[in-house]
Amino acid sequence: MLIRVENLSHTYVSGTPLARVALHGVSLEVSSSERVGLVGRTGSGKSTLVQHIAGLLTPSEGQVLIDGIAAHERTIVARAARRRVGLAFQYPEDQIFEQTVFREVAFGPRNMRLNKAEIAERVRWALEMVGLNPAMESRSPFTLSGGEMRRAALASILAMRPEALILDEPTAGLDPHGRRELLARVRAWQVETGATLILVSHNLDELARVVERVIVLDRGQVAADGSARQVLSDSALLSAAGLDVPQSVTLLRALHEAGWDVRTDRLLPEEAVEEIVRVDAGHTTSLRALQSVEAM
Amino acid sequence: MPPFVELRGLEYSYPLDGGGQIAALRGIDLTIERGEFLAIVGPNGSGKSTLVRHLNGLLLPTAGQVQVNGLLTSDPRNLWAIRQRVGMVFQNPDNQIVASTVEEDVAFGPENAALPPDEIRRRVDEALATVGLAEYRTRPPQMLSGGQRQLLAIAGALATRPACIVFDEPASMLDPANRRQVLDTIRRLNVEGLTIILITQAMEEATAARRVLVMHKGRVAMDGPPAQVFEHGSQLRSWGLDLPAAVEIAHHLRERGWRLPQGLLTIEQLARALC
Repeated sequence: MLIRVENLSHTYVSGTPLARVALHGVSLEVSSSERVGLVGRTGSGKSTLVQHIAGLLTPSEGQVLIDGIAAHERTIVARAARRRVGLAFQYPEDQIFEQTVFREVAFGPRNMRLNKAEIAERVRWALEMVGLNPAMESRSPFTLSGGEMRRAALASILAMRPEALILDEPTAGLDPHGRRELLARVRAWQVETGATLILVSHNLDELARVVERVIVLDRGQVAADGSARQVLSDSALLSAAGLDVPQSVTLLRALHEAGWDVRTDRLLPEEAVEEIVRVDAGHTTSLRALQSVEAM
Repeated sequence: MPPFVELRGLEYSYPLDGGGQIAALRGIDLTIERGEFLAIVGPNGSGKSTLVRHLNGLLLPTAGQVQVNGLLTSDPRNLWAIRQRVGMVFQNPDNQIVASTVEEDVAFGPENAALPPDEIRRRVDEALATVGLAEYRTRPPQMLSGGQRQLLAIAGALATRPACIVFDEPASMLDPANRRQVLDTIRRLNVEGLTIILITQAMEEATAARRVLVMHKGRVAMDGPPAQVFEHGSQLRSWGLDLPAAVEIAHHLRERGWRLPQGLLTIEQLARALC
């Protein structure tokens, strides 16, 4: 699936004193099988952009094309295109409405007119994908904990087997283990199916484990678009866009400024450890060696 | 004077739909003094949110007791006084926004306390300035972004001038700048004397507290200063928790033979120790 965003602008409540420009002339392309991180400060237009990609908003200007079809149009063809894009909202309770978890997850497949057996199979598969206990099928989604509700909302989208999956802050409210596990499952699903994955997140440390490409939005415009390694290690760019630099990069930058010959584009803590060890071992007066001498 | 918060043998069970119940808190003894900054961490379902909902009587104990300022939450006559002392800010601000403009929303608490208009005005202005939303005072809350709505919820809690605010993952939906602003605000409020109880899934945030409580399966599993708690990396990991990145990197470097001082909690501290 090719997602083409062409010169997209969006103004909320235009023509009133409350008018607010959320997107201004955004153009970009996302191809099949890409794993893309979409980042930017609050109000930068991320959520507006992903709602346009899902065809939920009508552009003030420009358009979003899903394989050449304008996503927002009220036609049967456009509706079919929209069905191929799954968007999980920032707050799962915004999208949950059924009486049981089973009905919630089955809603999409039922609308796709699948038969009963297929629906049940999809629900089982989707619940397993997000790590929810099948025993929860009969519970009301509103009695679930925040983390479980988030998983149920994600399952209901996965059950439609979208070709593009957009997750808006998917791990908020999950504990660290739950976050790692959910992202690992989504990543594995993406690799297996070759679907497009767009992840909206403020947590760049987390993003660095999943995506290959990062798009930075700032004040409704694209401020950067490049490989994760390149964008997420550009601390000047990230700071200007109101974002936190990944912790490993912050550490390596501090060492670099102190005269260490380290690469600063190591995004993960384990990579930072290797880089520190590598550079230190190359020194004739290894800091670690000096410490050992002191210790004796 | 009694301790600010005292929990004795606190147990709580949620009723289940089809009958029966599920134990969420399994016997908690805990004292929180005035002016403390306490972070509570723990995996999903460990009882963190259930615990703090007992602090202002949103939930009442199945067994044991909760006292705030020496007042039992189980006595309905105490609830108004307790809720004036303990404010709450939750993860999703939309569940706690009640009015059609920003300033009216912040005024809700003081108005309910039947304060004079001047005092309400002063508190609203002060609370909005504290969270940096003064310029949005006449906007409808729906026009604010998610992060701004959370700052609005905090302003609403501040406007009742509580002695303690409980934050239940207040920053998990915020961008880094807003997150920093919220956490700096929380820290400043604590320095000014407010008791802070902060539930968080971000271990970096817990390092700002002076005391960290680790919940596991409805019990208090650890209780101590952050430097001490985060020494137990493998234990924390087995409970589904993480270490702050600096603690994790320092740990791996120690395993590779580096000698680093104990108690390194932040990237800045680690960088200084290495240079």
